[in-house]
Amino acid sequence: MSTYKSPAIRRYTIRLAVLMSLYVMLIFAAGWTFRHSDIAGLPAFALAIAPALPIIGVFWAVMRLLVEESDEYIRMLHVRQCLFATGFCLTVMTIWEFLQNYDLVPAGNGGFGAAFFWFVGLGLGAVYNRATMGAIGGSA
Amino acid sequence: MKNRLKVLRAERDWSQSDLADHLQVSRQSVNAIETGKYDPSLPLAFRIADVFGLPIEEIFLREG
Repeated sequence: MSTYKSPAIRRYTIRLAVLMSLYVMLIFAAGWTFRHSDIAGLPAFALAIAPALPIIGVFWAVMRLLVEESDEYIRMLHVRQCLFATGFCLTVMTIWEFLQNYDLVPAGNGGFGAAFFWFVGLGLGAVYNRATMGAIGGSA
Repeated sequence: MKNRLKVLRAERDWSQSDLADHLQVSRQSVNAIETGKYDPSLPLAFRIADVFGLPIEEIFLREG
């Protein structure tokens, strides 16, 4: 086993853990506050947006991973994964939008927004990398 | 692009992991380059050449 351990992957993992912990705390805090108080106006907007911030943070963490990864082959795998995720997300959201335009599916997204499908796309992108390049990235 | 990495490794009795350690890259990278799935950048190609003490053109060969 190679002794190469990607410092970029390590930083990404720590950032992801912190951001996901923040997300869980904020989503429960926002839900509880909206159910148990009559918050309105600007504070309500701020509270509603708060759980989105760690999700945006994850986008930042992924982009930092692309910048900080020093192994060019692993970086290329990450870039392919992100491009696959972006294409997958745009495809799903575009189809969904047209289905809604013609009232074939209900309005709203049931909590499954663009970020959800982008993250699903990252997972599928790893499978795509495995199938076409024989590797999914990482530091092994 | 074709390359002679496997032969050059064998001459030195190095595993892919050994070469990866010399280059400070992952074993996956060495495997991808060696099997022709990935062509290294010019800076990495020079590092590979330095590790083997050979000119780049004695490691990487033109197709056909």
